[in-house]
Amino acid sequence: MSSSPSLNTWSDALSGFSIGWFPLGLVIVAAIPLVFIALYALTYGVYGERKISAFMQDRLGPMEVGFWGILQTLADILKLLQKEDIVPTAADKFLFVVGPGILFVGSFLAFAVLPFGPAFIGADLNVGLFYAVGIVALEVVGILAAGWGSNNKWALYGAVRSVAQIVSYEIPASIALLCAAMLAGTLSMQQITLMQAGPGGFMHWFLFTNPIAWLPFLIYFISSLAETNRAPFDIPEAESELVAGYFTEYSGMKFAVIFLAEYGSMFMVSAIISIAFLGGWTSPLPNIGGLELNTMTSGPVWGAFWIIMKGFFFIFVQMWLRWTLPRLRVDQLMYLCWKVLTPFSLIAFVLTAVWVINH
Amino acid sequence: MEEAANQMSPAVRESKTAYDNIRERFGDAISEFDANPTMPFFEVLDASRWVDIALYMRDNSLLQFNYLACLSGVDYPEEQKVGIVCNFECIGKYTHRIAVKVKCQRDGGSIPSVSCVWHTANWHEREAYDMYGMVFEGHPDLRRILCPEDWTGYPLRKDYQVQETYHGIKVPY
Amino acid sequence: MQELGKVESNSTRIIRQDDKRVTIEKDLDTEHMVLSMGPQHPSTHGVLRLECITDGEVVVEAEPYLGYLHRCFEKHCEKIDYPAIVPYTDRMDYLAGMNSELAYCITVEKLLDIEIPRRVEFIRVIVSELNRIASHLVAIGTYAIDLGAFTPFLFCFRDREHIMNLLEWISGARMLYNYIWIGGLAYDVPADFKKRVDEFVTYFRPKAVELYKLLTENEIFVKRTYDIGIMPADVAINYGWSGPMLRGSGVKWDLRRNDPYSIYPELDFEVPVPDGKFSVVGDCLSRHLVRALEMEESLRIIEQCLAKMPEEPNFNSRALIPKKIRPKAGEVYGRAENPRGELGYYIVSDGKSTSPIRCKARSSCFVNLSAMKDLSKGQLIPDLVAIIGSIDIVLGEVDR
Repeated sequence: MSSSPSLNTWSDALSGFSIGWFPLGLVIVAAIPLVFIALYALTYGVYGERKISAFMQDRLGPMEVGFWGILQTLADILKLLQKEDIVPTAADKFLFVVGPGILFVGSFLAFAVLPFGPAFIGADLNVGLFYAVGIVALEVVGILAAGWGSNNKWALYGAVRSVAQIVSYEIPASIALLCAAMLAGTLSMQQITLMQAGPGGFMHWFLFTNPIAWLPFLIYFISSLAETNRAPFDIPEAESELVAGYFTEYSGMKFAVIFLAEYGSMFMVSAIISIAFLGGWTSPLPNIGGLELNTMTSGPVWGAFWIIMKGFFFIFVQMWLRWTLPRLRVDQLMYLCWKVLTPFSLIAFVLTAVWVINH
Repeated sequence: MEEAANQMSPAVRESKTAYDNIRERFGDAISEFDANPTMPFFEVLDASRWVDIALYMRDNSLLQFNYLACLSGVDYPEEQKVGIVCNFECIGKYTHRIAVKVKCQRDGGSIPSVSCVWHTANWHEREAYDMYGMVFEGHPDLRRILCPEDWTGYPLRKDYQVQETYHGIKVPY
Repeated sequence: MQELGKVESNSTRIIRQDDKRVTIEKDLDTEHMVLSMGPQHPSTHGVLRLECITDGEVVVEAEPYLGYLHRCFEKHCEKIDYPAIVPYTDRMDYLAGMNSELAYCITVEKLLDIEIPRRVEFIRVIVSELNRIASHLVAIGTYAIDLGAFTPFLFCFRDREHIMNLLEWISGARMLYNYIWIGGLAYDVPADFKKRVDEFVTYFRPKAVELYKLLTENEIFVKRTYDIGIMPADVAINYGWSGPMLRGSGVKWDLRRNDPYSIYPELDFEVPVPDGKFSVVGDCLSRHLVRALEMEESLRIIEQCLAKMPEEPNFNSRALIPKKIRPKAGEVYGRAENPRGELGYYIVSDGKSTSPIRCKARSSCFVNLSAMKDLSKGQLIPDLVAIIGSIDIVLGEVDR
């Protein structure tokens, strides 16, 4: 495996382009993921979900604002911005205000260590994966602050359920990611990706090089659904039971912030799973003889493209599951975590260790 | 008498057989059988024996009226009484049905509750109390059910006058 | 082992191991919490309020409070003429207006003792069975949404839309029809009626199978409803349950069979009862299953009616409607099988007035809901939601 991937020419030229001392090309490349995050998370994640659910449910979805309702989310955000910022009288005002902030920050902090291409990563920490797993736990604080601060029984139920769920599911999720770290021999996100790069495209990915990797892959995917409170594990916000869970009392922009944080963490876990098992920004296309597909589709811009595509794929699967499956019950959720996923993740851990020693 | 029985439809004849059984056991506590074709019924004259009759009707192996289909409160202004009409039926062994009427004094009257015999009676008796104001003795939880707790009067009585205001809201419009 | 009971507080238990040893278990001392579920709560299907006393996630007791939608139906009836009551019956069970009308009309017809044209009977059965399918679709769809599955809900509503369109085409209204009148119908059916109903039946059959596969056979759905909220048959009868609720408890009781009215005796259909293989008899899943299977039976009924319905050109559906409806003195209790159970009317006529002196509606939801307090004891909050959903209440009918 090559330690520095060869960049293809136009992509190389773009990142090397500079006016005087100012590396304009690099800035543009670096801006792609940032612009994407803002665009995706603020508008098109929500729009995509609405359109996908509409497609699955035989209806049209938003159609009024803009062509095919493309501007619907912007209109929604405008509406939410204009709404009165209500803080319930009985609420703990400090926690109530701080909660959504912590949530939002928590879900977006992990983006710092996500490599969006060979040339762009916010901070290539040598404990990147560990940081990403750890920072997600910050969301728990935000949820608890929001739920407790609302001084609403439903919100409290939602918050307590959520904390129990996220803390429990961190264990199988972390062990599953540890398997990937073991395979790569490093915790740096960029290094993990580089370990999976090569002329064979998808054949170098951990999911395909290792016969055991599908087990931690599945475990992490299921746990990530629970960690982001997505169906079938959307128990903390189970609208038919708990009205809206921990954000029952929120309205206006605070509600929007919670909403966007959810979409942010959806993309975050999708990116993490792509990096850990599906080669992150590396191209899936292999070089076949003289047809150098892999080389042609590698580079900073392509890198960003691939990881976003992989992220989108997992987000699509998340949405697909959400609009198909009913919701589990609290005890069934805990059963799944402690009696199914955790033992299996430990098995995966041991098997991976054995594999790594023998190879 | 025989001739009258022959003119009855099969359903009414079944009810008559069931009635005869109850009559044999309770004698004068219940009235004559009213063999009308739409809803054959008898009346409980001695309301204090109503629970005994109810238990007998439910548990006697030849009656087995295990299903209380409906319990309606009724106002009888000309008799100065209010009462209930219960429609019984057997699910399972038999196909017979019968209706039973129980009446009590309009003001301060009471009827023994049969909610311990049929759970159905629980809410229906609350509703009858809510609308007609008769008290069901021995009811586990006799409160208004459809009207607010602090409503005055019993709306389905024929002489009901609606209150002027309720918590400052004008009622008749 | 025997539990001696609770002492001091609800956190302390004394358990007798054998004659000499007694263990005292002490949990963390926690308080019960009163949780008011409703009247504005997504899963109470309207304005029902449950006052739950909860111990963590466990419901210790839930007391239902009704009356938020009380519109004095029975008081109204005493002031208006017999035919004018029909629109009010629509507004009771607004999801199955045709069935409510049918129950009321056959009750009054019983009191009047009049003959109904055969074609009218067929049309009545077709529209009420269509309405039954529509009502079950809402029941199944909202049940899915209670358990967190959105898509089946919209599938149900998509198919229900076809029925709504059909009924709108027949009667001019989508939910509150005022179509079945005492002694006849408001209008005869339009010319292409048979064709379009037939189209609907062929369209809906595969959709019902799809719905069954998507929802009823879903592992998570089964997990959420299997063995939850069990109601034994004898208790169900004692509670006066009827319709799909009673059949879910394994009692084969359907008024269309057991107290036949209209032309049901001529029709061939099954009364589905759970056999205990797929579900525990009497649990939430059984009740759901009965509704899912009943839709197919309704389709069969509609098909037979379409085949048997007599064609009469220039048929006047109002021809036999009495000019002035004034039944002779007497009282009657008439009922019909509503999608939610037995809908009965107790009507008293004094023979002089053109309006009843007493008209009591025996609402199936009201009776079915009365078991809520017993069913909810010791259940988890998510199970409580599953149980309310399986009862399938329409508050318009509960509160009347």
